[in-house]
Amino acid sequence: MVLKVISANMAVAEAVKLAKPLVVPVYPITPQTSISEYLAQFVADGELKAEYIRVESEHSAISAAVGASGTGVRVFTATSSQGMALMHEILFAAAGLRNPIVLANANRALSAPLSIWNDHQDSISERDSGWMQIYAENGQEALDSVIISYRVSEDKEVLLPSMVCSDGFILTHTVEPVDIPNPEDVDKFLPPYKPEHAFLDPKRPMSLGTFTDPNYYMEARHDMELAMERSKKIIEKANQEFADIFGRKYGLVEKYKCEDAETILVAMGSLCSTIKDVIDDLRSHGEKVGLLRVRVFRPFPHDEIREALKGASQVAILDKNISFGVGGALYNDIKAKMDVNAYGFIVGLGGRDIRPQHIIEIINKTKNPTTDVQWIGLIEEEI
Amino acid sequence: MVTIGASVKEPGSSRKNKTGSWRTFKPLLDKDKCIDCDNCILFCPEGCINQEYDIDYDYCKGCGICAEECPVKAIKMERD
Repeated sequence: MVLKVISANMAVAEAVKLAKPLVVPVYPITPQTSISEYLAQFVADGELKAEYIRVESEHSAISAAVGASGTGVRVFTATSSQGMALMHEILFAAAGLRNPIVLANANRALSAPLSIWNDHQDSISERDSGWMQIYAENGQEALDSVIISYRVSEDKEVLLPSMVCSDGFILTHTVEPVDIPNPEDVDKFLPPYKPEHAFLDPKRPMSLGTFTDPNYYMEARHDMELAMERSKKIIEKANQEFADIFGRKYGLVEKYKCEDAETILVAMGSLCSTIKDVIDDLRSHGEKVGLLRVRVFRPFPHDEIREALKGASQVAILDKNISFGVGGALYNDIKAKMDVNAYGFIVGLGGRDIRPQHIIEIINKTKNPTTDVQWIGLIEEEI
Repeated sequence: MVTIGASVKEPGSSRKNKTGSWRTFKPLLDKDKCIDCDNCILFCPEGCINQEYDIDYDYCKGCGICAEECPVKAIKMERD
């Protein structure tokens, strides 16, 4: 174990070095760029023995990743925002072909207006692609999640790609201490990928990505739905084994002071660290508030969320994304799957700062609701 | 049964998809009129006409190019 003070992008690159993918097709885009730079350096220095493909776009990056994964090797790619949007078409192909690719996303707002700053609209807009989605709270979790994601994605019971999401700049460009695991321990946890469903072998020829008529398509999609449901058990198992070796335990969700909480906030990503600070402060004044951090957004952990929220009188759901007219994605998914007294809050779009006072405002508005979905942190012009 | 990722594990499976079912018009060759020019064989985009001028209706999509290219109008297109 080595403790390094690094950014989440460096943490992701370190994780990739430990996971040893054989093919890395990436195209740089702010704020993901340094991931592609670190990996290029690792390959050039011989620290990562992979084919580094300098593609001409994100559409090509994910296409090359699908092609490489189809030959039966471990593949990594990374992107952000507009790059993710350009990948859209092939993201669905990767999931449908059951390619266990791991992609690191540096969460950034989508244009227009053009913004390089953080929100979750890019990855949230791909939530129906069939990729698993993990939202990291810090650099350590970004590193660990890349390693765990390979283990889960490559499991025969799952075979779906994973997207590890880190908040742009807030995590990707902020340095903090990160524990780099021992390579031997990672090898034990994550053995080489042995494909059984798709690989390149002239002795056993097969066709991938063929045309399917209406007699087959629906079953293929239903299989993905079943794999996504099964993946929750596989994630929990991988998390436990990871904890046994590395001493850090992750869940599908993280409950922070939820047990006796009357008001529970639900959120994803780095924002949760701010919320935890506010909760500590309010708890010292006797206020019963808690946080439910949704770490895995796909597969959607509805049972774990329902269980965590069952004692709360009111729930505030914070989304760094917007589906116009109906509120954020996390709010809508929770409302769709369970009966809770929940209110939606749209926060932090395009890098708008979310401060402790905003969290307090959200708690107050949840206790005295006026409408189901509200935008917090808008700048009101003085007249 | 669909396989994981709908991969096809045996080669040559596209033959199982009988594209002749897409056809609306069917080419009918009158071999008495035929002058053995081979135009239909050369122009057929599906390779559905053999050296004996037999048309493979399993895969003929009924595009009508053979009838168009026949210099002696030996091929007629009829509704299938």
